Amino acid sequence: MTTDHRTRRNYLNANYSIWSWLFTTDHKRVGILYLLSVTFFFFIGGAAAVLFRLELMTPRGDLTLPETYNKLFTLHGIVMIFFFLVPSIPAVLGNFFLPMMIGARDVAFPRLNLASWYIFITGGLFTIWAIVTGGVDTGWTFYTPYSSTYGNTNVIAAALGVFIAGFSSILTGLNFIVTTHTMRAPGMRWFRLPLFVWAHYATGLIMVLGTPVLAVTLLLLILERALGIGIFDPALGGDPILFQHLFWFYSHPAVYIMVLPAMGVVSEIITCFARNRIFGYRFIAFSSLAIAILGFLVWGHHMFVSGQSMYAGFVFSFLSMLVAVPSAIKVFNWTATLYKGTVTWSTPMLYALGFIGLFTMGGLTGLFLATLAVDVHVHDTYFVVAHFHYIMVGGAVMGYLGGVHFWWPKMTGKLYPENWARFSAILIFFGFNLTFFPQFVLGYLGMPRRYHAYPEQFQVLNVMSSAGASILGVAYLLPLGYLIWSLRYGRRAGRNPWRATGLEWTTPSPPPTENFPDGTPIAGDAYQYSSVDDWDLVLPAPEEHPEEAAV
Amino acid sequence: MTMSVAHHFDDVEQQKHAATLGMWVFLASEVLFFGGLLAGYAVYRALYPEGFAAGSRHLDLWLGTLNTAVLLTSSLTVALSVEAIYSGNRRRAGYLLAFTIVLGIAFLTVKGFEYAHKYHEHLVPGAHFQFVDHAEGDAPPQGVELFFSCYFALTGLHAVHMVIGIGLFGVLVFELLREKGNAPSPLRIEVAGLYWHFVDVVWVFLFPLLYLIHVAE
Repeated sequence: MTTDHRTRRNYLNANYSIWSWLFTTDHKRVGILYLLSVTFFFFIGGAAAVLFRLELMTPRGDLTLPETYNKLFTLHGIVMIFFFLVPSIPAVLGNFFLPMMIGARDVAFPRLNLASWYIFITGGLFTIWAIVTGGVDTGWTFYTPYSSTYGNTNVIAAALGVFIAGFSSILTGLNFIVTTHTMRAPGMRWFRLPLFVWAHYATGLIMVLGTPVLAVTLLLLILERALGIGIFDPALGGDPILFQHLFWFYSHPAVYIMVLPAMGVVSEIITCFARNRIFGYRFIAFSSLAIAILGFLVWGHHMFVSGQSMYAGFVFSFLSMLVAVPSAIKVFNWTATLYKGTVTWSTPMLYALGFIGLFTMGGLTGLFLATLAVDVHVHDTYFVVAHFHYIMVGGAVMGYLGGVHFWWPKMTGKLYPENWARFSAILIFFGFNLTFFPQFVLGYLGMPRRYHAYPEQFQVLNVMSSAGASILGVAYLLPLGYLIWSLRYGRRAGRNPWRATGLEWTTPSPPPTENFPDGTPIAGDAYQYSSVDDWDLVLPAPEEHPEEAAV
Repeated sequence: MTMSVAHHFDDVEQQKHAATLGMWVFLASEVLFFGGLLAGYAVYRALYPEGFAAGSRHLDLWLGTLNTAVLLTSSLTVALSVEAIYSGNRRRAGYLLAFTIVLGIAFLTVKGFEYAHKYHEHLVPGAHFQFVDHAEGDAPPQGVELFFSCYFALTGLHAVHMVIGIGLFGVLVFELLREKGNAPSPLRIEVAGLYWHFVDVVWVFLFPLLYLIHVAE
C-alpha cells in the first residue's frame, strides 16, 4: 500500500476528457455540472441587482432609463428564481448526496438526470437570448394582459426559457421520489433517512405536481402572444386573474421548493455541529411533508388586492397562517437540538444559525402579509420585497452556502480556509441585514416596489440598503475565490472531517464513481451524535486513511 | 424472458419497481399539466355556458366518436402487446405495437381533417376568427372564441403527447421486429404502454368536455 493519494481513483479523476463530463450519468458529476451552471446564473442575477441598487442610491432616475430598470429587476427575478434558487440545493447537493445518504450507487434514472441538466441549460440559453436581444420588462411574474397583449419586449423567449427549465425541475423531482422509494440500502428504513432526504422528498412532490401547472400557464401565454389563442384576453371575455391563479398555484409552492431543501441542509448541519441528536426527528420529517401539502393551498394570498372574492381571501389568509405551524416546529426543534449541545462555531454552523434567525424573521413578517388588512397596506411595497428576500436569500441562499461548505470536503476532498470562510459567512449575514432590513421600513412607510425613482424622504434608507448590497456582493465573491483556491492549495479532507454521521461520510473523499467501494453499506439509526464526543477530535485535521490508497 | 439489470440496481425487481413508479410519478405530473388547462376550461364554461355550447355544436360529433373508438382500440392493442412480450412472443408484440402506431396515426389524421375544417370555417382563434351560428341568429354568444381557444389548446396538447407516444413505439417496433439484436426489455414496452393509456384517458375526458356538452340540452 502506498499513501500517494493522487493516484486513487475517484469520480473526478476517473476520466479527464470533456466528453466524459458531457455524457456522464454519474449523479455526482451531474451535481457538479449543476454547481457550475447555477453559480454562473447566480452572478448574472447578482450583477443585475448591483445595477439597480446603484440606481436606487438617488431619488431620481439618473443611472438607467425606466425601461432599463424594469428589465433589470425582471432579469434579476427570472434568473435568480428559475435558474438559481429552484435548482440550487436540489440539483447540486441533492443530486450529489441524496443517493449517497441512502446508500445507493446512483439515482434511479441516471440518464434522465443528465437530460435534466441539458434541458436546464437549454432553458437558460433561451432566457439569456431573451436578455441580450432586448430584455423583458414584465417582472418575473409575467402578469397578463401586460405580458400577453401590451408589452413589447421578448416575453416569448423568456417564458419559453422558463417553460423549458421547468421540465428539468420535474425530472429532478421525479428522480428524487423514485430514488427514495426504491434505492434505499438494506436497513435504511424511512425513519432512518437523514432529514435532508425527507426534505428533498417533499420538494420532489412539489416539483412534480406544481411545475406542470406553471408550464401549461406559460405555454398558454406563449400561444396567446404568438398565435392569438386568447385564453387570458379580456377583449374575448378571458380573465387575466385566471393567469394569476394558475401562476401562483406553482409559484407559491415554488417558495417551498427553494426553502425546504435548505431546511434539510440546516437539519444536517445543526445536529452535526451541536454534537447532539436531532430533537424531534419525526416532527421535522413530517413537517416537511406538511409544508409541501399546505403550500399548495395558499396561493391566493398573493391576490388579496387582485379582485378575488372576499371569502376566498378569508380562506387563503387562514391557510397561509397554518403554514407557519410546521415551519415553527422546525425552528423549535433545531433550537432544542442546540440546547445543551456542544456547539462549534464552524462555517456551516454559522450559515445554519444565520438561516434560523433570518428565516424566522422572514416567516414572522409572512404572517403580517397573510393578514388581510395588513396586506392591503403593504401589498406591492418594499415590505414584501424584504419579506421574501429574508426567506429566499436569508433562508435558501444561506442554506445553500452552508451546505456547500459542509459537503465541500466530501465533494472535492479538500478543506477550505476556515477563517476566511467564517469571515465571509459573518459578512454575508451583516451585509444581508443591512440590505434588506431597511426595506421593511421603506415598505411600511409606503415605498412601492418596481419603481426606478422615489420621493426624497426615502433616500437614507435606500442608501443603507445599497451599501448593504455592496457588502453582500463582496461577501458572495469571497467564497468563489477561496473555494477555488482550496481546490489546489486546500488541505486534504479525509473521509469525515466533521465526524458527521450519515452514509456519505463513510466513503473516501472525493468518493469513487461507484460511491461505496466496499459494497452496499448497512444503515443504522440516523444522527448517532453524542455530546460527550471530545470535540478536539472533530476539528478538521488531515486524516490518513491507508485503506484509501491506490488500489 | 430475461431482463438485463442496469449497473446501479441490485436486481430485476428493484429495476421494475423504479421504472413503473417513475412512470406513475411522471403521469401524476402530466395530470397537473392538463389539469391547469382544464381548470381554465372549467372557469370559462361556468362563465359562458351558452358560448361553450354553441362552440361545441360546431365540432363534428361523428368524427370525435370515431376517434374515441380508434384510440380505445389502440389501448387494447398496446395491452395485448405487453401480454405478448411477457409470454415470449416477440413478433406478435411487434406487430401489435405497429398496429397501435397505425391507429395513432389514423387518429391524428382525422384530427387534422377536423382542424382543416375549422380553419376554413374561420373558427381558429385570432384575427380571422368569425363565428356564424345560423341556429342562434347572427349575434354569437359571448365566450365562443374562448371555447375554441380551449379546444385547440387541449386537443393540440393531446396530439403532441400522441406524437411522442408514436415515437416511443416506433423505436420499440424497430427493436422488436429487426432480425438481429436483443428484444427490448418488456419493462420498456409496459412503461411506454402506461404512458399511452394515460394519453387515451385524457381523451376520454376531452371528448365529453368538448364534443358532448351541447347534447344534453
